[in-house]
Amino acid sequence: MMTRESLLNWAMIAALLIVPLAAWSLDEPFIITLATKAAILALAGVGLNIALGLGGLISLGHAAFFGIGGYAMGILAAHAQNYEPLFNWPFLFEGSNQMPLIWLVAVVLSALAALVIGALSLRTSGVYFIMITLAFGQMLYYFAISWSAYGGEDGLSIWVRNEFPGLNTLDPIQFFAIAYVILCLALFFAARLAASPFGLALAAARQNEDRVEAVGLTPFKLRLAAFVISGAITGLAGALFADLNRFVSPTMLSWHTSGEIMIFVILGGVGRLYGPVAGAALYILLEHLLGGISDYWQIFLGVLLLLIVLFARGGLIGAIAGREKAHG
Amino acid sequence: MAEVVLRTENLCKSFGALKASSDVSLDLRAGEIHALIGPNGAGKSTLIKQIAGNFRPDSGRVELLGRDVTALDTVARARMGLGRTFQISALAMEYTVLQNAVLGALGGQGRVFRFFRNVMKDPALLAVARDALERVGLADAADRRTADLSHGQRRQLEVAVALTLKPKLFLMDEPMAGLGADGSHRLTGFLDGLRQEAPILLVEHDMDAVFALADRISVLVYGQIIATGTAAEIRANAEVRRAYLGEEDAA
Amino acid sequence: MTYILVLEQILNGLQLGVMLFLMAAGLTLVFGVMGLINLAHGSLYMVGAFAAAAVAGWTGSFLLALIASLAAAAAAGALMELVVIRRLYRRDHLDQVLATFALILIFSEGTRWLFGSFPLFLDVPAYLSGPVSLPGGIEYPLYRLTIILIGLAIAAGLFLLIAKTRIGIQIRAGEADREMIAALGVDISKLYTLVFALGAALAGLAGALVGAIQSVQVGMGEPVLILAFVVIVIGGIGSIKGALAGALLVGLTDTLGGVFLPQLFALFMEPASAASAGASLASMLIYILMAAILLVRPSGLYGGSA
Repeated sequence: MMTRESLLNWAMIAALLIVPLAAWSLDEPFIITLATKAAILALAGVGLNIALGLGGLISLGHAAFFGIGGYAMGILAAHAQNYEPLFNWPFLFEGSNQMPLIWLVAVVLSALAALVIGALSLRTSGVYFIMITLAFGQMLYYFAISWSAYGGEDGLSIWVRNEFPGLNTLDPIQFFAIAYVILCLALFFAARLAASPFGLALAAARQNEDRVEAVGLTPFKLRLAAFVISGAITGLAGALFADLNRFVSPTMLSWHTSGEIMIFVILGGVGRLYGPVAGAALYILLEHLLGGISDYWQIFLGVLLLLIVLFARGGLIGAIAGREKAHG
Repeated sequence: MAEVVLRTENLCKSFGALKASSDVSLDLRAGEIHALIGPNGAGKSTLIKQIAGNFRPDSGRVELLGRDVTALDTVARARMGLGRTFQISALAMEYTVLQNAVLGALGGQGRVFRFFRNVMKDPALLAVARDALERVGLADAADRRTADLSHGQRRQLEVAVALTLKPKLFLMDEPMAGLGADGSHRLTGFLDGLRQEAPILLVEHDMDAVFALADRISVLVYGQIIATGTAAEIRANAEVRRAYLGEEDAA
Repeated sequence: MTYILVLEQILNGLQLGVMLFLMAAGLTLVFGVMGLINLAHGSLYMVGAFAAAAVAGWTGSFLLALIASLAAAAAAGALMELVVIRRLYRRDHLDQVLATFALILIFSEGTRWLFGSFPLFLDVPAYLSGPVSLPGGIEYPLYRLTIILIGLAIAAGLFLLIAKTRIGIQIRAGEADREMIAALGVDISKLYTLVFALGAALAGLAGALVGAIQSVQVGMGEPVLILAFVVIVIGGIGSIKGALAGALLVGLTDTLGGVFLPQLFALFMEPASAASAGASLASMLIYILMAAILLVRPSGLYGGSA
């Protein structure tokens, strides 16, 4: 039987496909780009949601992984376009403009960063964890600003979008297809993860740490693994986002970005698998609609977020689908 | 004499000026139920936490299955076969009853870093979980949300999760608390049979249960064990009557 | 590299440190007493700076500007507490993070709407500008020295307030046990509003004082907020003493690292790459310090078990 929530999930995923297809047939590339942006931001949210929704880890530093993914794209592509080798040893590597390789590098680097940041931050909990993830994110932000070799504060532009074998990535609808397929794969993976032995233990550690220890499992290891997976997915989203804009800058690493990724998760409904999809789509919609009315549209976003937090914990999906078992 | 499964030697633990454990030595042998009783504030919880691995003693040692585990944490001790139930139910409240039991079975099996298979369709884990629920009489409640259970049912589930670990010994902190006469009677019967499977260190306030079940009883007062013996010996012990039972009668 | 330069930089580090203390004190009090993490504390810093810049613009008086910064930030803080924050005490940290992040958006965009995107300037008054000679032959800006003294005086006052006064006793009691303090007949919601407004006023004052050195602009509170978080993590949440120690440590590390690391690197690298590598490392120094302290003491220098 299909619950209201899963019906809504399918509807959202379908809408995210149909809108850009319709825009394509009407020759409205801007709308396709908006949909691509929504899909990529949703992907970043899906990553955060594994730590936040499933693991209960309130990370305010996920911009670090988003930005690392972005810089992985920027640096590889910049070296490739300028024909300057990235390194000569142990083998010659000239950078790359091939998306699959860029994604791999983005995922590996952001996973490594998440491993280090997580190993340090997860020694603490509660407010400390929030502040420390925030601080480490900010550390990378300042590092990027001072790193003049790759543009420093001004960021790094690339001239041509990177390539994917067999596709023309400069065609908005084809690039959208890439982002959309990756988002669907990530959602599928997140769903499997939530139902897996690991997911069961991770979400149990969020609910009752003593219980998990008493059955002989170590919450720290579970959380660290979740943090790494979460960071890797958000890093992949960062690489795609930078490719979408053909630009990466320290802004991707700033804590506002961390806050925004968290907003995608919350607007949709925390702990809900498809929450980030709803949240990111709503965010893009608001940015586009309200941004057209007022330059100060983020006031409205702030008020909306405040109202949701104070009065509607379930977020958008919660409001439509009602209170439902969020896990398991 | 039966094999000693758990032994504490001269455990001392202070919080500032308060001596919560002073020179506590006790053991738990195969096949027995050893009850630990004492008035509120006697240091039972502190002792339990040192045995389970939450607290490190200031001095003294804890031995599990003949091995010194004083330096090991709760997780390592659980893996060695220490099955614990908590005074205040420690369960994943959003989960169903079955999910909590499967969590226990998963812990017992130890292969948690699997990311794709559906854990609730794993026949081996489900068998262990359902068996444990069956034994404590919660089979019918398997699909209910744990948060919706009655207090007594949560106590039963605590025991069931401990069972899924197939432990070498049980450490039970007030399993009867809040059960009511009927439930407490049923659990007493169950624990009676369980001791053959693995010995039980039982902290309990329900004196009827304690005197009905325990092979041996230790009395903890102000952090010290003032007496250890059979139910009859404890009943007859003048110091215990003065320090503890008398106090209860007066209350 | 002369010792005068070193002393000067130490004073700069102290100046940053005491400003961070004014921020961190409010944050850590609010966390210690109410158990609340407030991301919008940086907005109160910004409110103080804008209020000071506006009043200085109208009246030309720096003293009035400082009073305005205290009053405006305290009022904004009290309003924030009454309308939003008090609904969050019983909520989990995620709700607190989100709601106070929402407040940042509202405050920042609201300020941009009122004052525009261009930075305002708050001038150091004539009687505080210019250098002053210190013993040892150091010429140091009088204004910065004044900031250090104001900061230290407030720190001393805060310690007295908490150690000696009735309010302080209530604050300490509130940290220990909320129910007890309610049983003592203290109006707890009034106390909370008061503590929050006090923390806000300190942040606002810091914003005004720093605003006269830097520019007054939207978003100015956020870098300071994050530094204040680092301070609190290092010092231990809830501890005023820890906030002071952490603030001075962070202030000195950041300032001295920024100046001396590039010089240190220049000893064994080419000047250009030494400057950039030194600057990069300096920008991360306080976070490395934080990580190191975390490894040794996960709950900070003066933290209990948090």
